[in-house]
Amino acid sequence: MKMHRRTAIALALAAGATLATSAAQAQNNVLRVVPHSNLAILDPIWTTAYMSRNHGYMIYDTLFGTDENAKIKPQMVESWTESPDHRLWTFKLRKGLEFHDGKPVTGEDVIASLQRWGKRDAMGSALFQFVQKMDSPAPDTFRIFLGEACGFVLEALGKPSSNVPFIMPKRIAETDAFKQIEEHIGSGPYMFKKDEFKPGDKAVYVKNPKYVPRNEPPSGSAGGKRVFVDRVEWNLALRDAQAQVNALKNGEVDIVEALGFDHYETVKADTTLQLPKYSNFGLQYMGRFNHLHKPFDNAKVRQAAIAAMTQEPFLRAQVGVKSLYRACPSMFICNTPYGSTAGSDLQAKSNMKKAQELLKASGYDGTPIVIMKPTDLAAIQKLPDVAAQLLRQAGFKVDLQAMDWQTLVGRRAKKDAPEKGGWHMFFTSWGAFDVWSPIANPTMDTRGEKSGWFGWATDDKMVELRNQFMRATDEGEKKKLADQMHARAFEIGTHAPLGEYDQPMAARKNISGFFVTNSNIYWNLKKN
Amino acid sequence: MLNFLARRLASTLPVLLIVSLLVFLMLRLTPGDPAAVLAGDAASTEQIAAIRASLGLDRSIAEQYLIWAGHLLTGDLGQSYYYKTAVTTLIGQRLEPTLSLALITITLAVLVAVPLGVLAAWRFGGWLDKALMGFSVAGFSVPVFVLAYVLIWIVSLKLGWLPVQGYKRLADGAGTWLYHLVLPALTLSVIYIALIARVTRASVLETLGEDYIRTARAKGLPEVKVLMRHALANAAVPIVTVIGIGIALLIGGVVVTESVYAIPGLGRLTVDAVLARDFPTIQGVILLFSFVYVLVNLLVDLSYVFFDPRIRY
Repeated sequence: MKMHRRTAIALALAAGATLATSAAQAQNNVLRVVPHSNLAILDPIWTTAYMSRNHGYMIYDTLFGTDENAKIKPQMVESWTESPDHRLWTFKLRKGLEFHDGKPVTGEDVIASLQRWGKRDAMGSALFQFVQKMDSPAPDTFRIFLGEACGFVLEALGKPSSNVPFIMPKRIAETDAFKQIEEHIGSGPYMFKKDEFKPGDKAVYVKNPKYVPRNEPPSGSAGGKRVFVDRVEWNLALRDAQAQVNALKNGEVDIVEALGFDHYETVKADTTLQLPKYSNFGLQYMGRFNHLHKPFDNAKVRQAAIAAMTQEPFLRAQVGVKSLYRACPSMFICNTPYGSTAGSDLQAKSNMKKAQELLKASGYDGTPIVIMKPTDLAAIQKLPDVAAQLLRQAGFKVDLQAMDWQTLVGRRAKKDAPEKGGWHMFFTSWGAFDVWSPIANPTMDTRGEKSGWFGWATDDKMVELRNQFMRATDEGEKKKLADQMHARAFEIGTHAPLGEYDQPMAARKNISGFFVTNSNIYWNLKKN
Repeated sequence: MLNFLARRLASTLPVLLIVSLLVFLMLRLTPGDPAAVLAGDAASTEQIAAIRASLGLDRSIAEQYLIWAGHLLTGDLGQSYYYKTAVTTLIGQRLEPTLSLALITITLAVLVAVPLGVLAAWRFGGWLDKALMGFSVAGFSVPVFVLAYVLIWIVSLKLGWLPVQGYKRLADGAGTWLYHLVLPALTLSVIYIALIARVTRASVLETLGEDYIRTARAKGLPEVKVLMRHALANAAVPIVTVIGIGIALLIGGVVVTESVYAIPGLGRLTVDAVLARDFPTIQGVILLFSFVYVLVNLLVDLSYVFFDPRIRY
C-alpha cells in the first residue's frame, strides 16, 4: 500500500500532537510540591520530625482527625461508645478500609499500631498510663479498657501532629518502637513509591484507587480525603529559597510549602501565583530556659526574663510581614479550646522598667546567660539576637553563642552546667497543634530531670494540675484546669511564648481545592 | 611505567587509611549528636539516648573505628544514620549528576578557555588579551551564586529558554539531560574558563619566546600550526595539570551550584550529611573524594608522557 508523502507527514504530526497532549495531560495529573525540608526518616512514629509526619499523612489513615477548628472528628472510626464510668471505650471501624497490600484494616492492626505509638509519643505514653488492656472482639471493632477514667482518649487518638497515631498493618506495627519500620504500607489516600524514592532528591506518592473517603468535606486532618491527582512528587533537592520561588514562577513546581518571608510580597504581587490560607492557628515561637542551672534555677530570674521578652520585637524581627504575625499571650495558642490568658500579664502587660525591677528583686548574681543561636536555621535565626538585646537591657549579662542547628540540637540534650558545655536558653518554633493541649505541650511536663523535654522544669503543683487535667472528663472542668496550669506556668516561668505567626505557602494559580488543614496535607487539590 | 603505576596505586592505601582515621576522629570530636538530629524536635533525652545506643554511638571511639574499618575492608561503607540506606547506594545515586555536571563544565571550559588563552598569548598586549584578562578577573571575582541567579533571571525567567532547576538522568534521554545541565554548567564553567585561559595564556606566552618557535616561523609554517602544534603542545603540561585539578574539584562537589539549581549531587549529599551529623555518609564521601584526588593526580602525571616525550617513569 502506498502512502502519499503529505498524508504521512500529517499522520506523523497528528501522532506527535496526540503524544504531546497525552504527555501534557499526564503532567497535569502530577502535583509537584516543594516541601519545607528534606525527607529522611520514613517512620513517623520513630521520629517527631514534621517531614516524617507529613509523609505519614500521605500514606496512613488515622482513627480520628482534628478539624480546622481543633475539634476531634471520626476518620477511620465509624462509631464509638463510652461506658458511663468512662473506662470502657468501644470503637467500630468504617467499612471498606483496606491497606495498600489489599488486606483489610482490622482491630488487631489498630491495637498494634496504638501500642507502638504509645511507646514513643508523649501523649500516647500519657494515655497508656491509664490503659489496662485493649482487645478486638470482632475484625471491625476494638476496645480500650482503662484502669481509671481519663478525659483525653479522643484527643490522643485524634492528635494531629507529631507523633500522630497512624494505623499500620499489625505485622509492621509490631516492629520494635525503637527501630525504624522497613515497609511503608498504610491505608491512606496515597501509596508510597519506595522504588522511586531518592533520599535528598525525590519522594513520590500515587493515588490509592481503593481509598474510600468520608462523605464530609475536608477540614483539618478530618473529613473526606479525596484525591484528584494521580501522583504527588515531593522535590527534596530544591531547598534554596530564591530557587524555589524561581521554579514556582517558571511553572516547574506547583506548590512551595514554606515560602520565605522575604519572598512574600513578590509572590503576592505575581498574578500567576497565589498564597492560599491553609491554617487557622499557625505556629508559635518559644524561648526555653534551662531550669537546672543558675541563674534560671530561680523562678524570679525566669520571670524577669519573661517580662523583658515581650513578643512584638521578636515577631517584627523574625517575620517582618505585619499581616503574618500576632502577639498572643496564650501558651496554648489563642482561639484553641484551651487558649488562655491566665497569668500572662507578667509578659503581656510588661515593660523594660518592670523587667529591670523584677531582676533586681530576684537576687541575680550576674551569671552570664548562655544563649544558643543557630546560624543556619533562617526560620528562628533572629530570635536569639532579639532576646540577647532585650535581656541585656533588663540587666542580664548575655553570652550569645553561634552554632549550627544540629550542634544546638545535640547540646540542648546535655544537662551539664553552661560553663561545661551546657546552656541557659534556646529558641524554637512549634506547630500550634504541638502545644495547644496541656498534655501534649512538652513544657507543661514539670517532673524535673524525669520530664521529657529539654529544660527540665520542676514543679510539683504543675504535675498535680496536669494529673488532674488528664483525669478530668468534663469540658468545663478541663478548661478551668487548663487556665490554672497556664497561670502556674507563668508563675514558675516554664518558658517564654514569643508570639504566633503564619508560615505562608505559595502555589500556582491553576491549583485549586485548598482548605484549612493546619498542617501540610495534599488531598482535595486539583490541577487545572 | 608499570612499576611506577603499581607504586603510585600502592601509595594510595596509606593515604586513604590516614584520611579515614582523621575524618573518623574529627567527626567524633566535633560538637553535635546524630541521635538528637534523628529524634526530632520534640524528642526526650531518653529517646535520644536510646537512639544513640541503637547506632552504636555509646561505644568507645576505638571500638567504633575498628567496626567501621572492618566493614570497609569488605567494601562496605556502612549505612547512613540519616537515610537508613547503604552509603554506597547513596553515593551511587549522586554520582551521575555530579559526574555529568563535571564533564559538561570541564568540556565547556576547555573548549572555550584553551583557544582564548592561545589567542591572548598570540596577541599579547592587544585588545583580546586585555579583554581576556578583564574577563578572568571578573570570572574569579563574581560569586557563583550571583552569576547563577543572574543567568536564571535572564535565560530562564525572562527568555524562557532553559529550566530554572532540576536534574534529569541520562536514561531519561540525552536531550533532556543536556537541557537541564546547560545553565548550571555554564555558571560553573566561568571560573574554570578564567583559570584555564590564564594558565594557557601564560604557558603559551612562555613557549612563544622559545627558539624552536622562531625556527618554525622561519621555516614558513602557517601561524595556526605554529601555535597549535609547537606552542600549545609544549605548553600543555601546566594546562593539563590545572584541568586535572579542576576535574577533581568538580567531582568533590559544587555545593552552591547544586543548591541553586537543585541538582542532587555529591556536594549536596555531603552538606546534608554534615548538617545531620551522618557520620558514615561523611566518611564515605570523603574517602571517595580522596580516592578521586589521588586517581586524577595519577592520570595527570601519566598524561605528561603523552604531551612531553622527554618525561619517563
